Amino acid sequence: MRLMTKAMILTAGLVLAACTNPNSFGRGGGDALNGAGAAGSASDPTSVAYFEQAVGDRVLFAVDQSTIASDYVEVLNGQANWLTTNGDFVAVIEGHADEQGTSEYNLALGARRANAVREYLISRGVAGNRLQVVSYGKERPIEVCSDEACYTKNRRAVTVLSSGLSG
Amino acid sequence: MMRYLAILLAGLFVSATSAAAQNGPLRIEITEGVIEPLPYAVPNFVPEGTESTEYAASISRVIAGDLSGTGLFREIPSSAYISGINDFAAPVQYADWKAINAQALVTGAVNVSGNSLVVKFRVYDVFSGAELGNGLQFAGTVEGWRRIAHKVADTVYSRITGEGGYFDSRVVFVSETGPKDERKQRLAIMDYDGANIQFLTGSEAIVLAPRFSPTGDRVLYTSYESGFPRIYLLDVGNVQRRLLEQQDGTMSFAPRFAPDGQTVVYSLTRGGNTDIFTLDVTSGAGVRLTSAPSIETAPSFSPDGTQIVFESDRSGSQQLYVMPAGGGEARRISFGQGRYGTPVWSPRGDLVAFTKQSKGRFHIGVMRLDGSEERLLTASFLDEGPTWAPNGRVLMFTRESQGADGRASLYSVDISGRNLKPIRTPDGASDPSWSPLQK
Repeated sequence: MRLMTKAMILTAGLVLAACTNPNSFGRGGGDALNGAGAAGSASDPTSVAYFEQAVGDRVLFAVDQSTIASDYVEVLNGQANWLTTNGDFVAVIEGHADEQGTSEYNLALGARRANAVREYLISRGVAGNRLQVVSYGKERPIEVCSDEACYTKNRRAVTVLSSGLSG
Repeated sequence: MMRYLAILLAGLFVSATSAAAQNGPLRIEITEGVIEPLPYAVPNFVPEGTESTEYAASISRVIAGDLSGTGLFREIPSSAYISGINDFAAPVQYADWKAINAQALVTGAVNVSGNSLVVKFRVYDVFSGAELGNGLQFAGTVEGWRRIAHKVADTVYSRITGEGGYFDSRVVFVSETGPKDERKQRLAIMDYDGANIQFLTGSEAIVLAPRFSPTGDRVLYTSYESGFPRIYLLDVGNVQRRLLEQQDGTMSFAPRFAPDGQTVVYSLTRGGNTDIFTLDVTSGAGVRLTSAPSIETAPSFSPDGTQIVFESDRSGSQQLYVMPAGGGEARRISFGQGRYGTPVWSPRGDLVAFTKQSKGRFHIGVMRLDGSEERLLTASFLDEGPTWAPNGRVLMFTRESQGADGRASLYSVDISGRNLKPIRTPDGASDPSWSPLQK
């Protein structure tokens, strides 16, 4: 039942919750828009929905690695362009690890991944003071199986936008 | 000099064979083999007054649970008794206990009066026909009956093994509910055996790795309540907490107390790089201990406060290192196949417990501080994060089961690798920290 609900959310892709919980994190469809109001339509290039779906909000990593693979350069270039164009937004880059590893190490590894994305975005012209990083280690997988099929999606850095208006 | 029954836990991986049906002083055989648990009897303590009846029975059961739970003792069921103990003051009929091979006998009396509870007890070496140590009594409140039972069991354990006990202790841990991808976590505290669970925080924020202070009155932990992992200090008595450390653009986690109860060692991540720092809980003054582009985390002080064991991937994979408490050159101590993390210095100072990953499996293990005598005690899909019992003889850790329905629970195991068993908790449980013995 739960899996089905999630599958539906993923399919819909547009479901965004305006959420003030500081523990929210970038799940399948992204639910961590910090009270920034409407996520907008994916057809609107200034919308968060567009960022998540058309630009791409995440980068995946190899086991125990924090190097950005060449496949994701285009995604990050898109993120940098979008952030440059949409200067009202700030972002928290969330780093995650799969469950293979100890808790503390995975927190540090997730931080390396998030920081790798942050550094890249800065190198593409995004102001560093608009980009925060946080690591969730292995505490918040989006896929729950104990196989590489899930692990590969859990080893991620997700750029989660919020309106900069609240400071 | 105290005379022990059949069990002597001197040395690391020592066990003894109890000499069944042997007369005279018991022979001690030190082997690395399977231990034959020592048979003992705890007849229900004698109630003094009708109010005491229920407590007398319950206290006896908790004592037996503690002793048998170590795997070192085997209780002889009351159905085998030839005679009972109806009068705490009357002489013990050794022949009746010898006949059923009870090598140790624990007798006691319980007196409840209003809200006060007094337990008197004696321990006997049946085959020598003599009392082991003197009679003792513990007094407390009726609500505290379990603690008094644990104190009695600690005394019995100590007299028979020559080791400190660990039953009158508590465990702080993370209680978990919900599926893996929507897990709710909150700090909880319980007796070492899973009784008397209390929650210390709500489940609004992710909480990680609580760690007791050396006196057991405070707990360090990591919480995401600010949106970022930060270290908090919680007073167990009044459940008040305060943020210990906050620098913009950083994350802090993996805190542990130094033996002085004043200094905290922890990891701080800035710009994607994680290093080890200390912090004075009163003044907030901090010291940076490592400065490397690699991951340095999971620090743990030696019991004398002079050294710190930690993990680092400076060699290219996670390994264990020891450095002076003030920082400085670190010495690598782990060299086996695989990755080593979460080191914890034994309260005795002789061993470090750790998590090892090798060939897709996780292990809890121990080694000496020079890296020798590595011994893996467990193996599973995911075992992690050992914590030492106050006497340095038992470890508790997290075991998480595999797959979409994976659930974390607490287990304990002897440092010999024997007596692996789950600690029953109503919900999922992870990240245990074992308190010192209570005062």
